[in-house]
Amino acid sequence: MTENILFTHGNQAVVEGALVAGCRFYAGYPITPSSEIAEEMSKRLPKLGGIYVQGEDELASINMIIGASMAGMKAMTATSGPGYSLMQEGIGLAVATETPIVIVNVMRVGPSTGIASKPWQGDIMQARFGSHSDYEIISLYPWSVQEAFDLTIEAFNLAEKYMTPIILLSDGILARMREKLYIRSPNEVEIIERRKPNVAPEVYKPYARDENLVPTIASFGDGYAIIRDSLTHDERGYYLEKPETQAHYVWVLNEKIKRNAEKIQKWDEKFTDDAEVVFIAAGPMARIVLAMVKEARSEGLKWGFFRPITIWPFPEKQLNNAVRNANNVIVVEMSYGKLIYPVRWTLRNNIRIGHIPWLSYVAPSPDEIRKLAEKEVMG
Amino acid sequence: MQEIVLHPLEKYLRSDRLPHTWCPGCGIGTVAQAFIRAVDELKLDPSQIAIVSGIGCTGRIPLYLKFDGAHVLHGRAIPVALGVKLAKPNLKVVVFGGDGDILSIGGNHLIHAARRNADLVVIMVNNFIYGLTGGQVAPTTPKEAYTYTSPYNPDSKPFNAVQLVAASGATYVARWSTAYPVLLKESIKKALTRRGFSFIEVISQCPEIFGRLNGFKTPYDLLKKIKDVGIIRKNISPFDTKYDWNNEITLGEFVNKDEPTYLDYLNQIIEKARGQGDKK
Amino acid sequence: MALQQGALQAGKRVFDVIVIRDRCKECGLCIEMCPTKVLDRENTYNVYGYRPTFLKNRDRCIGCKICENICPEFAIFVKEVLK
Repeated sequence: MTENILFTHGNQAVVEGALVAGCRFYAGYPITPSSEIAEEMSKRLPKLGGIYVQGEDELASINMIIGASMAGMKAMTATSGPGYSLMQEGIGLAVATETPIVIVNVMRVGPSTGIASKPWQGDIMQARFGSHSDYEIISLYPWSVQEAFDLTIEAFNLAEKYMTPIILLSDGILARMREKLYIRSPNEVEIIERRKPNVAPEVYKPYARDENLVPTIASFGDGYAIIRDSLTHDERGYYLEKPETQAHYVWVLNEKIKRNAEKIQKWDEKFTDDAEVVFIAAGPMARIVLAMVKEARSEGLKWGFFRPITIWPFPEKQLNNAVRNANNVIVVEMSYGKLIYPVRWTLRNNIRIGHIPWLSYVAPSPDEIRKLAEKEVMG
Repeated sequence: MQEIVLHPLEKYLRSDRLPHTWCPGCGIGTVAQAFIRAVDELKLDPSQIAIVSGIGCTGRIPLYLKFDGAHVLHGRAIPVALGVKLAKPNLKVVVFGGDGDILSIGGNHLIHAARRNADLVVIMVNNFIYGLTGGQVAPTTPKEAYTYTSPYNPDSKPFNAVQLVAASGATYVARWSTAYPVLLKESIKKALTRRGFSFIEVISQCPEIFGRLNGFKTPYDLLKKIKDVGIIRKNISPFDTKYDWNNEITLGEFVNKDEPTYLDYLNQIIEKARGQGDKK
Repeated sequence: MALQQGALQAGKRVFDVIVIRDRCKECGLCIEMCPTKVLDRENTYNVYGYRPTFLKNRDRCIGCKICENICPEFAIFVKEVLK
């Protein structure tokens, strides 16, 4: 059994998770700190009969994985901030055509080229709002190497289940830190495959939906003469320039995620039953915050901890429940301010929202956060 | 009262979407017909053909043809098509795009797909203008032509796409025009039955925009000009072809060679990787 | 019609040009490109307001199918009249 246990870094964990989930197509462009994902995929996929393509740029990469997914394969790409910005139009295409893909954004210092090899948490809003116009997205953010593996499998499952692109967030800390990873085998985990149509082509409607608003979309080559259109389309996939078509179309693309949010959302909370101050953080930063909260608790302070694991759809109900007895929340993040936004939108008016924007790319120690926390709680 | 009459190629059309939205006399319909005629004459299985297009008038082709199709982002039809082909190598994957979609915003993808000798057929309809957005200058517009974003012509020199794609490594490069739809159909048949990267440029008439802006009163006036300036040459190197609106636009087949394709390389890679044993 | 029957009996091939009237957009390419000039424009309108093409001189149609191949609308095609 020991060959299933590695001491490895977050990028490797993402690759292992993707392969267990059944990903056999990767197209990517090298960008620090995500390049190890591409490198490992280029080594492993051919051994499994899979395909690695080094795209000529990120635009080629995102569009290639969309094409591969339209033809029936589970496909993935990985990038960082500058490349993620280039992929926004492609993400919109995947949303509009309801094509399942997984995009890994290993966040780094920005804006623009920033500092390639240093971590940051500045793309949390972009994960939700990066592409133009109205859509909802699912985004996951692991905090450990094991969770990176597990959430990668979850990302593929959610993509196939809801026929939508998934943004898997990571950062320069998680990409490089090494921990024990237990590689679950495919029969130890749930692996979801997209549904296939079971009606005749003459009556098939690619965007007809079930009660969860999820369509059953045929793959190319299955004999359904299906049209996948980036233009606003109806149930047949046909472009229609009609107000009622657009109204229904934009409603259904958003409602598909919103309606199923509680089935999708994952979060983590500790010591929230009687917490007066709840600290909110995501990703590896959250481990530092949790260490600090634990120490404060052991000294008798009534502090609690909340970690959104699905950043989007943001676990609003769950957060409101976690802070039911609190009068103060403090958002801790390694950025100027991103996670603070969904927190502000979610919480009721009579709770005080504090903010610790950690502007250094050197991760803090729990003590450093503790000092800032004490000030923030007082002030 | 006319009873329901079906065109001989009706089974390849999404009849419920006709009439299409291309202008009267537009060459794109002619290109679409040449394509499905080629499919029909080759007796290919339509369910094993996928067509991918970008944005533009030419990009609307998949909307009217009854194949698996994708109408994707501007300039990105080629990478989407490559993804489809690699995921399902048994499909014949054909890209349709205009000169702006394939050569301008999509230029990088075009040259890399040619370099890889990717197993795709790319049919680029060149009507010298950005039609769907109303008539802006394109990288193929003749220097002296008037467009809405080149009112003080001349703009820069246009691309000779045949040279560009041949230099990038494509193994089949041809240029035809809508004035010779049968020759175009024969070329498409060749492209559909070969492996590797096939590029067919089709000089086409845009009567409502390019035609009107440049003094061509009827669709036939413009098609006649295209017919007159398109000179068919045989046994000529792609780098000797001309692309001169005032003199000659060389038509013909300029590259047709057999080389290992991208799929060949990927299969070799898989064999090599598996042969190296199962060390993780 | 009599001329056609005569042509058939004489061993010449006879063709009919069929126009799907409501698809025609009056672009005129078929009329202009026809080498024997057997096509012309009707005086009546189709359902979209265009005057479609019609075959005005059946005897001179040589069945070259240039009209069929050039038509962007899938509105015209040539059928051989067999005995």
